Amino acid sequence: MSKIHVTTTVNGDEAEFLCEPRETLLDCLRDKLHMTGAKEGCGTGDCGACSVTVDGRLVCSCLMLGVEAEGKEITTIEGMAEGDTLHPLQRKFIEHAALQCGVCTPGILVASKALLEKNPDPSEEELRYWLAGNLCRCTGYDKIIRAVMDAAAEMRGEAA
Amino acid sequence: MRYHSPASFEDAAGIAASATGTTRFLAGGTDVLVQLRSDLVEPDDLIDIKKIPGVKDITQRADGGWDLGVAVAGAEMTETPALMADWPGLVEGMDLIGSTQVQGRATLVGNLCNASPAGDGVPAMITAGVTLSVTGPDGTREVAVEDVPAGPGKTTLTKGEVVSGVHIPARGAHGGDAYLRFIPRTEMDIAVVGCAVNLRLDGDTVVEARVALGAVAPTARLVPDAAAAIIGTTLDDAALEALAAAASAACQPIDDKRGTIEFRTDVAGVLAKRAAKIAYGRAKGNAA
Amino acid sequence: MALDGKTSDYKQIGTTPDRPDGLDKVTGRARYGADIHVPGMLHGVVVRSPHAHARIVKIDATKALALKGVKAVITRADFPEGLEGEDWDIQENCMAGEKALYDGHAVAAVAATSQLIARDAAKLVEVTYEVLPCVTNVDEAMKEGAPVIRDGAADYSVPEGLHPNVVRYFDTGRGDLDKGFAEADLVVEKSYSTEAVHQGYIEPHACMGQMGSDGRGEMWVCTQGHWFIRRMSAAVLGIETTKLRVTPSEIGGGFGGKTTVFMEPLSLALSKKAGGKPVKIVMSRSEVLRSTGPTASASMDIKMGMTKDGKITAAHGTFRMQGGAFPGAPVDVTTMLAFANYDIENVHHIGYDVITNRPRQAAYRAPGAPMAAFAVESTIDDMARELGIDPIEIRLRNAVKDGTRSTFGPKFGPVGLVESLEAAKAHANYSAPLGPNQGRGVASGYWMNWGGETSASVAISEDGSVTVSVGTPDIGGSRASMALMAAEAFGIAYEDVRVNISDTGALGVNEPTHGSRATYASGLATIKAAEECIGKLCQRAADKWGIDVDAVVWEDGAAKPSGPNAGDHDPLTIGEIAAEMGGTGGPISGHYEGSPTGFSGSFGTHVVDVEIDPETGHTTVLRYLVVQDAGKAIHPDYVEGQFQGGAAQGIGWALNEEYIYGEDGRLQNPIFLDYRIPVASDLPMIDTVIVEVPNPGHPYGVRGVGETGITPPLPALANAIRSATGLRMTGLPMTPPKILKALKEQGNG
Repeated sequence: MSKIHVTTTVNGDEAEFLCEPRETLLDCLRDKLHMTGAKEGCGTGDCGACSVTVDGRLVCSCLMLGVEAEGKEITTIEGMAEGDTLHPLQRKFIEHAALQCGVCTPGILVASKALLEKNPDPSEEELRYWLAGNLCRCTGYDKIIRAVMDAAAEMRGEAA
Repeated sequence: MRYHSPASFEDAAGIAASATGTTRFLAGGTDVLVQLRSDLVEPDDLIDIKKIPGVKDITQRADGGWDLGVAVAGAEMTETPALMADWPGLVEGMDLIGSTQVQGRATLVGNLCNASPAGDGVPAMITAGVTLSVTGPDGTREVAVEDVPAGPGKTTLTKGEVVSGVHIPARGAHGGDAYLRFIPRTEMDIAVVGCAVNLRLDGDTVVEARVALGAVAPTARLVPDAAAAIIGTTLDDAALEALAAAASAACQPIDDKRGTIEFRTDVAGVLAKRAAKIAYGRAKGNAA
Repeated sequence: MALDGKTSDYKQIGTTPDRPDGLDKVTGRARYGADIHVPGMLHGVVVRSPHAHARIVKIDATKALALKGVKAVITRADFPEGLEGEDWDIQENCMAGEKALYDGHAVAAVAATSQLIARDAAKLVEVTYEVLPCVTNVDEAMKEGAPVIRDGAADYSVPEGLHPNVVRYFDTGRGDLDKGFAEADLVVEKSYSTEAVHQGYIEPHACMGQMGSDGRGEMWVCTQGHWFIRRMSAAVLGIETTKLRVTPSEIGGGFGGKTTVFMEPLSLALSKKAGGKPVKIVMSRSEVLRSTGPTASASMDIKMGMTKDGKITAAHGTFRMQGGAFPGAPVDVTTMLAFANYDIENVHHIGYDVITNRPRQAAYRAPGAPMAAFAVESTIDDMARELGIDPIEIRLRNAVKDGTRSTFGPKFGPVGLVESLEAAKAHANYSAPLGPNQGRGVASGYWMNWGGETSASVAISEDGSVTVSVGTPDIGGSRASMALMAAEAFGIAYEDVRVNISDTGALGVNEPTHGSRATYASGLATIKAAEECIGKLCQRAADKWGIDVDAVVWEDGAAKPSGPNAGDHDPLTIGEIAAEMGGTGGPISGHYEGSPTGFSGSFGTHVVDVEIDPETGHTTVLRYLVVQDAGKAIHPDYVEGQFQGGAAQGIGWALNEEYIYGEDGRLQNPIFLDYRIPVASDLPMIDTVIVEVPNPGHPYGVRGVGETGITPPLPALANAIRSATGLRMTGLPMTPPKILKALKEQGNG
């Protein structure tokens, strides 16, 4: 089967891979670029564990083909920290014990960052609905919501 | 699977027309990729229409109506305040499909052409009177949204035809629309029942109305009797009861894993009342 | 160095430091089951039966093997014969033999050079089935004429005359039921049912197995217990256990469902057949839902008697449960715990374990307890209403406490049910005002906890920092808890402890992280191993000072002289002793192995407020409170996390989650779209109160907290719905269509 050459940008770096048309962006990130931070929890867009942004837009990488990444700017959890400085969301997730098993965490962080870039001061309800496509089975969401709200407050320059 | 990314709708139609196996058009892909992953449909030819110029454009026409490119995602619609202000029901129907992530990719046309009876984007497109441009081997034709679904998973589009434009009428004065659906959770479910209402007022009186239901029949459908029940009224309690009765009477649902016949029939009436009240409030100029 | 019985003045215990694996998990670096890539790796895909019950007439892999890149195809013929008992069940469940017993049952597996080729090849394996009649409902499966799933599966306990699908029977109790019911002023009898639900961990099962022609193998796997994986895989393959070494990956949730094998032995068998190349198998979500987990479903009859002042005089429960096509529905636990919250003189339980054409049930958080709690706590709620007694008060009047003889036999030691009820009563949520269509529900729950085989080591590094090696995979922050306990025991900083989850080659046998045992048992083992190290550290100091070790005490991370004859010496810190240890007797480490029996159960009480939409039957959870006894909370944040997670799972079970089978026995909702676990917008904040009634069987008083929390939500939600609507919902899940139907009938009636 003939493969297609794809040139794309991942976390600011140029990346190239060969893929079959039916391979998803998630498959390509994980199996070809060996960036395994995005997870496959369902493969059907129902769990959000594979969340990435494409040209700044939050998407499920399991619902996008690898070939569609041609010429796009992709960011993943691996690109969230600046060097060894964690993003406030990452820091707050650790501080608030907002993860138990941690497998949904990359997707939730990527999704939360996308929200705060669009709306720096979300209400709890807005946040819960924004994250409705990110399933977490461990936490009951409580500490996740607290961590994101706290990170948002810090990023707005408000005292925690 | 062969992947194509044509530069024009004519080329897209040509590829589809000459294909011999299963063909799918790819815009947002939120249904196509699920079917692929689930081994339900592996197309022989997948035609990505996103390289065609204009497919991501949202344009307000001189007459006040709107033209949407066929690859405009839900999130791009909700980020267009003037469109939201004109057609809140239409936009919220689209916005209810899937998660935030799905909204980053999913399209109105995809929701329509997936032809699920439960597509949240469809009822309010029908009540708004949305029309589509459909490009095929013999040229381009215009078709009303309600004429596209033919049954679960089936449309009236013929081989080689691809939707090439979405046209939303001008809102006009004193109009309002709304879409509500019922799901067991608060998000992420397929509609068990959906109902859209679009109406126009003269003073306090409803002078025009369209009511459509989703997930209660093989296709989303207009319910003229339900519209008739509120036209000429001020949406008083009697009118709302008549509306609910007409909506319930129009249901021909099935029992399935998502709901029962009885439940769908009852809730269709409930949602019709609630959606009509919201649309009425919007037509009066009340917030949300 | 007397650490036992220490109950106050903790320096580390009860603090909430960052978890040691936090950084890896927020940066995407943590490696879960599917995240492994090794050179030469093949990809495996399992071929599964689309039929609920079918004879396998023929499997033809010719076309699959002809596909370029396909390296091996296996069927049951590639596994040894002659296994017995549970080993046979496990083998049969991993790979069907004569018959496919449920939709999704593995019938063959393929290994190829890529995931896509393996998937294509799996579709080319031609399986000829003779479809047989099927049954998926527990009550139907017990009826005369129901399809016999596996004749001869029943054990000695089953009385004659029952359907062959009844494979185990339980009959336990004490006292005089007739007398008890005669003393009652109120007797209530009601039947209840619960559907099967899945553990719903977000990480699908994943493993990579490698096995050569010499039968030696390695495995990387996401699991709650890698010694279990080793033992079961070896049994399925008919090899000696030590030929396998199993390394656990980070684990993306388990909740009991990752304590057994599914495709793990298949990866090893494929690897061996493919010349020893490693084979990675990652399940899809639909494979997870069709073929792993779920819990049992139950059909139950409860009869209880009470005096008019709310004292329970007698209780009887009958529990019919199906756990899929194999024996093992947790009826034993259900019957044991059904009435365990209460001090009841006259009590009787009957249990039936029934097989059906469903996947083999796996443990799920407090396995067996939530179903019975739904039935019993709902019945008590109805009785409280009828007698006009507050639901917390009626529980307080019957609650077990230190010295109460339990309904399952032994006497309770110190337990926290009364404390949890009183804390719930005092909480602001219990007196928050309710509006129209709103209601409040209360329920209590219990899990008895577990010790289990445990082996752990603690080693002192050259600079005095400490490495702890345990065998219980960290699912919810347990490395932080172990580090806190080690730091407390040594009197050193939390940051100076590193906790590793060791592979099967590095420690003795460890049971999985299950039964709410990890913080209790691995924690106890860590403390005991640390104490052994401290003894050795003190000896080194004594030797240096030339005094008897009895004259040395260990305080704040240092050896100090103590007593009249110890002499005057400066304290020697752990770092100072460690720096010299090479020359003073060599490395210092401590070890613990045992099956600790000092575990003690955890009681909890939940209070939930709901609002019901009277026109649609939709339930909104407005407020939620979890109060539970932790004994002693080592890391309170992660204790709260267990409370909140258990509550959320219970809410899902109560309201929307269920296995939906068609007439054909096929699972109709094998994706997260229709298997509806709670999403963020479904839930409110989940308030918590940690009650601490120390467990005397643990040095710091720890009780396991993981499981109790899923038990009360089922009845608490049902009781809240009753409070809001007057409806007693007796079947789970309490979906909008069911509630709306009941509301309509109520209106008509």
